[in-house]
Amino acid sequence: MAYDKFTVLKSTAVPLPIENVDTDQIIPARFLKATKREGFGDNLFRDWRYNSDDTPKQDFVLNNPIYSGKILVGGKNFGSGSSREHAAWAIYDYGFRCVVSSFFADIFKNNSMNIGILPVQVSDAFLEKIFQAIEADPKVELEVDLPQQTITIVPTGASESFAINGYKKHNLMNGFDDIDFLQDIKNEIGRFAESSRY
Amino acid sequence: MSTKPTSLFDKVWDAHVVKSMADGPDVLFIDRHFIHEVTSPVAFLGLHTRNISVMFPERTFATADHNTPTINQHLPVADPLSANQLKALEENTARYGISHWGLNNPKNGIVHVVGPENGITLPGMTIVCGDSHTSTHGAFGCIAFGIGTSEVEMVLSSQCIMQPKPKKMRINVNGSLSKGVTSKDVILYIISKLTAAGATGYFVEYAGSVFENMSMEGRMTVCNMSIEMGARGGMVAPDETTYAYIKGREKAPTRAAWDEALAYWKTLKTDEGVVFDKEYNFDGADIEPMITYGTNPGMGIGITQTVPSAEDVDAGKASFAKSLQYMGFHEKEPMLGKTIDYVFIGSCTNGRIEDFRAFASLVKGKKKADNVTAWLVPGSHTVEKQIRDEGIYDIITEAGFELRQPGCSACLAMNDDKIPAGKYAVSTSNRNFEGRQGPGARTLLASPLVAAAAAVTGKVTDPRTLIS
Ligand code: SF4
Repeated sequence: MAYDKFTVLKSTAVPLPIENVDTDQIIPARFLKATKREGFGDNLFRDWRYNSDDTPKQDFVLNNPIYSGKILVGGKNFGSGSSREHAAWAIYDYGFRCVVSSFFADIFKNNSMNIGILPVQVSDAFLEKIFQAIEADPKVELEVDLPQQTITIVPTGASESFAINGYKKHNLMNGFDDIDFLQDIKNEIGRFAESSRY
Repeated sequence: MSTKPTSLFDKVWDAHVVKSMADGPDVLFIDRHFIHEVTSPVAFLGLHTRNISVMFPERTFATADHNTPTINQHLPVADPLSANQLKALEENTARYGISHWGLNNPKNGIVHVVGPENGITLPGMTIVCGDSHTSTHGAFGCIAFGIGTSEVEMVLSSQCIMQPKPKKMRINVNGSLSKGVTSKDVILYIISKLTAAGATGYFVEYAGSVFENMSMEGRMTVCNMSIEMGARGGMVAPDETTYAYIKGREKAPTRAAWDEALAYWKTLKTDEGVVFDKEYNFDGADIEPMITYGTNPGMGIGITQTVPSAEDVDAGKASFAKSLQYMGFHEKEPMLGKTIDYVFIGSCTNGRIEDFRAFASLVKGKKKADNVTAWLVPGSHTVEKQIRDEGIYDIITEAGFELRQPGCSACLAMNDDKIPAGKYAVSTSNRNFEGRQGPGARTLLASPLVAAAAAVTGKVTDPRTLIS
């Protein structure tokens, strides 16, 4: 599925300073019954966001109008749990393009990059700095620069670089995905398959 | 030829690399691909949109499990959204010529139960599925892991995925297990020591006498939960136990092909002298029956112990407090004696015949506690048949339990099997996340023996006190 190219993103951010945010919280299983990739943003963090009678929970950050933006900042070990790509779809569909944390679960990280969300892994100390900056001023902007591989707290200039492999970076900057790549090397795969044991 | 000592993981991984990219992932060839109704429809839609086909339909196997009812499976599925997903799976597999074990097919069951059961899973394979507990198949010495829907589309269209090679970890558990301690306790113990993120970025090999002496079912339980400490997957080197399990299964090799396969399988072990990126050693004798008190699988303790206090946990203090609040537990209180409401026996973690044997061995001659609702859900029709053939069915019905029909059921509560808000469930499944078993549900993960003890006493009980 095509997604918008990612180069430099400057935006306010939504803070979620909770550790081990798992995919069952990001999108509970009962919302996985669709056969199309539509409308998942409505159920992002469903049970943290809404009461059982569907009224919004006032103390949850997504219901607080002072926070907004295209960057979600989560606590350590973000996205643990199931392989459901629906979690990444929900985050994208809600309007986020980048998730920042000090640690990501592997499958979530892969899924995110496959659909055009950039996971930015920062140090514990820098994550804390970001949370503090947002707490002091909810309108503070972050700048995520993919070509330079840096993330900056704009008003203070505090900055840190992040890692990403060259292939994935190239894909995200150009809006390509792995399926395009694999289609191009199908002959090679076919030859490999002929000699495979199983 | 190089004589460099090589790990089991590297042997299998390297044999499947179609292409390596500098500063990028490997293109990994996938031998077997399992799909189910929940994570595949959008992948098929993607194929359709791009106008590409399935490259090797014979390497993909479909079963319906996540979203299926566990009673009255002969009737049409009542929930229209679930019915729609089941229909989509049926149509998509028919269109591309993929094998499909839908509801009511005698081969139907949970994807990670039916794969091994039918000899589809064989040592040295690469196996993926859009379900994180695909790691189960690592019990056969496979590299098996969960993937997202984009990757399901990749495998359908090219039989490959693109993955950076994970780091290697070995976890050795030696010594012997005490009475009442099962494979589930071993893995819950390991996760409690490493934490829920302790193996992120790694692929784990389980080694040592405890795993060598384990049945295939037990090894599957262990490998299944590798993902709960963040690992990409876990594996056990194949041995005589593995070969004996596979021999004679429907899709297992026979005659000359068997001999040839066996010769290859015997090479699948970690050579002497391999250095792992991380290695842990545990003593089996230190493990007691385990239970979780919190909202991630790393929050487990021995059943006779007390809930830790905030100072004793490394994970975030805020998350710890939030977790206890959700569970309605307090620091330093004992778990023994807690009244529970539900018991769930099932899932790809503990829904195999050995698990029902364990459950039956404990409830035999006793009665279900009145305050407990118990859901006993076999992992497959084959398991269900074994339960009846072995007389387990009679033992459990005599004790006041009912047997349901196969599926994922309360493991992820996508169907009607939801634990009500605020209720406590002792569950043999794999995740105790908030709301995993239904909105507001409170899950205590445990072995089938601990679950059985809870089912007959109505509270958290040490099964060792009930074993004669
Ligand atoms: S039983 Fe649970 S973990 Fe296993 S395949 Fe089903 S949903 Fe996934």
